[in-house]
Amino acid sequence: MGKKNKIYLLIYGLIIFALPAILQNNYHLMVLNVAALNIVVVIGLTLLMGYAGQISLGHAAFFGLGAYLSAVFTTTYGFPLWPTVIMAMAITGSIAYAIGIPTLKLEGHYLVMATLGFNIIIYIVMIQFDAVTGGPSGFAGIPRLRMGNFAFGSDRQIYYLLWAVSIAVLILSLNLIYSRVGRAMAALSHNEIAARCAGIDTEGYKVKIFVVSAVLASLAGSLYAHYITFISPGTFSFFYSIQVVTMVLVGGMGSLWGSALGAILLTILPEVLHAVKEYNVLIYGLILMVVLVFFPQGLFPGIAGAFANRRTKNPSDSGKQLALAKRA
Amino acid sequence: MMRGAAFQGKQKILETRDLTLHFGGLEALNGLSFSIAPHQIVSVIGPNGAGKTTLLNAITGVYSAHSGDIFFQGTLISRLKPFQITALGINRTFQQAQLFSNMSVLQNVMVGMHPRTSAGFLGGVLHLPGERREEKKIRERAESLLDFFGLLPKADWLPGHLSIAEQKRLEISRAMASEPELLLLDELVAGLNIRETEALGDLIIRLKEKGQTLIVVEHNMHLVMGISDWLIVLHHGSKIGEGRPEDMQKDPKVVEAYLGT
Amino acid sequence: MTLSLQIFQFILSGLTTGSTYALIAIGFSLIHNATGIVNFAQGEFVMLGGMFMITFYTFLELPMLPAFFLTIFSVAVVGLLLEQGPIRQAKSKEILILVMITVGASISIKGLSMILWGKNPMTLPSFSGEAPLVFLGAAVMPQSIWIFGITVGVVAALNYFFKGTMTGKAMRAVAASRRSAVLTGIPVDRMILLSFTLSGALGAVAGIILTPITTTSYDVGVMLGLKGFSAAILGGYGSMPGAVAGGLLLGVLESLAAGLISSEYKDALAFLILLTALFFKPSGILGSGRLRRV
Repeated sequence: MGKKNKIYLLIYGLIIFALPAILQNNYHLMVLNVAALNIVVVIGLTLLMGYAGQISLGHAAFFGLGAYLSAVFTTTYGFPLWPTVIMAMAITGSIAYAIGIPTLKLEGHYLVMATLGFNIIIYIVMIQFDAVTGGPSGFAGIPRLRMGNFAFGSDRQIYYLLWAVSIAVLILSLNLIYSRVGRAMAALSHNEIAARCAGIDTEGYKVKIFVVSAVLASLAGSLYAHYITFISPGTFSFFYSIQVVTMVLVGGMGSLWGSALGAILLTILPEVLHAVKEYNVLIYGLILMVVLVFFPQGLFPGIAGAFANRRTKNPSDSGKQLALAKRA
Repeated sequence: MMRGAAFQGKQKILETRDLTLHFGGLEALNGLSFSIAPHQIVSVIGPNGAGKTTLLNAITGVYSAHSGDIFFQGTLISRLKPFQITALGINRTFQQAQLFSNMSVLQNVMVGMHPRTSAGFLGGVLHLPGERREEKKIRERAESLLDFFGLLPKADWLPGHLSIAEQKRLEISRAMASEPELLLLDELVAGLNIRETEALGDLIIRLKEKGQTLIVVEHNMHLVMGISDWLIVLHHGSKIGEGRPEDMQKDPKVVEAYLGT
Repeated sequence: MTLSLQIFQFILSGLTTGSTYALIAIGFSLIHNATGIVNFAQGEFVMLGGMFMITFYTFLELPMLPAFFLTIFSVAVVGLLLEQGPIRQAKSKEILILVMITVGASISIKGLSMILWGKNPMTLPSFSGEAPLVFLGAAVMPQSIWIFGITVGVVAALNYFFKGTMTGKAMRAVAASRRSAVLTGIPVDRMILLSFTLSGALGAVAGIILTPITTTSYDVGVMLGLKGFSAAILGGYGSMPGAVAGGLLLGVLESLAAGLISSEYKDALAFLILLTALFFKPSGILGSGRLRRV
């Protein structure tokens, strides 16, 4: 993955694991714990958006599926914790596969709408299917995260586990970017027709990366459920989908480091804005617009990895731009 | 190696039968039938709009034919997707070099090896020993290809900083990375000066001498006459003649097609 | 009530909501045809239509007709500002970025509405009273007739606009081929501005006529926008007759499903229809079948 990334990882890891010694307030640790999980979701989305050039507005649904599947199977049916997390990932991945296959062949905004529609359907199911999900008042009593006989009791203890997972996902994703598959995806994101002619199964990779992003969101969701031990549909609404996409855009599409920083920044931001709760929605919308209008390449472009600026430039649509759009 | 006729019929590396392709109301290819024997340079020529690039797009699966078939080494490829056709052993260059400008010169060639390598998500994500070995081989082969094409000193450059001739060579080296039995070159020397054109012509002949089969779509008649073993002449989407370059030069139908436009 | 009468009742109420979906769908199509983007703020235009009308008519106590036109004008201005502001000023012209900008606009408008009008649902009185009329044995609210009538009127007006006026024809030219439009001297930028403004106006109309039946609040925009978009896809994205057909069809299907299957999952059903449509025939029921494959 290159020397630069290894150095960044070292610094990043040192700071992350040193923080609990400095931060005494449990609330701060909790915010960072949620940030760690958001990073996992956001990394998946970055791979999807940066490589497949597709935006999903439904990742809250995958996050929520991971949470509810984990919650229901461990609490109501007594399944063991970690196998359930993996099972949830498999189920969520399969659903993503089913959605991805037809929609990823089409233009970007079809996936946007399909994932948004999916998000809303899942959200409504979470609310209405109350016999299983607990309905609008939520689902409580979820078993806490544990490894073997050791149950993670405090925010501080869970911090190490969640951040270890988060950093592991980051490392694995960095590995992916620098591998044969990563190269193929970078090629496909840049020039899809040339990539196809070079022998890359572009449709297949787009679906695969969509599934990967869904599976990561599911993992984060399961961990979230077993951390907070209580979940309710409100957490998994369309707004969360927007939030994670905003984190990716703020960080710079295709930059894993940027996305991680964007996730941390935008997880902390609402807490800071807590005083002005009513304005939360408006400010989010304004941030999204400002970043997209003035910094479409993201706020952290310099941190991008080996493959710098990646925007799809197919010969067939030189200029998916307002000024030159070709009419089909 | 014998130029031209006698062994055309024997082993066919590529064959089209009655290939027809429409664009809206326009017939771009019209019942085109021909076949090509391996290890030679076949040039496809014809006036503008004759369907030459369309033919390349049809062979590589970028366009689907309305009717007719294409066979590659006996296998029917007309309904396959581009990446499948590449994996079978056909690769191409484009009229305007389609390089991945977000990657280095070396990485462009490494991508070209995709169909001949196999490390997947798991290997990539976990950086397994098998994947590491394959990456090393990919890098080495890419470097040796760049060396053959004279681009090794610029391996870490971005393609945008290369000259046009160098970009074309990069595109060929990327195409060669997939070890194609058949290489299609689309107007390789358009926009190049005489020196660059001759250099590329020599390169193509060197590739043929190593056993490569090439289909060259070209407008530059001097180059065509200089390197081709066989010519196929298209006009309005059909074949109006094929044969040795010197014969086609004198063929009245061919002459009329060029003068008539 | 017999089953067939119930079904008839559901169909009638479905046509009512379907009409508004049709108007919203047309709004989507207008902007998509002119620019290639999906305007996520379309639903917010509808919400604003209801909100502004309530402000002008109920709070400021203006007479109905002036309030009606003032509302349409105001929301049209919002559409205009959206285009002149974030869309026009955006440094990147990529479609996905612009779509996300409209998402940001949608959220901002929603957030602003929350602050200005609070979270409580509000409503408008029906245009001509509450007493239901009886049509072939089914009860029909007078408001439904207004909705249907106004929708028909708007569609007819738009039809005339696009077929009979220079500006309308120019917009169609831009939709068919931007390059040719530019070459023939059509001011494409102004057409784009017009598409946003018109969509704002259409959204406002939809909001005004629907609010007496469904009430409105700061967050109805998302759902309505998505349903309108589903309708546009269902009918064949980009075509006005498609938008109308899709809207009516979606309204009727949703109403039948809510009545016959389950009313709690009613909203989910609308999106299930969307997903199914996207999977099987992305070009819609009236679509040309020629979809741009990436």
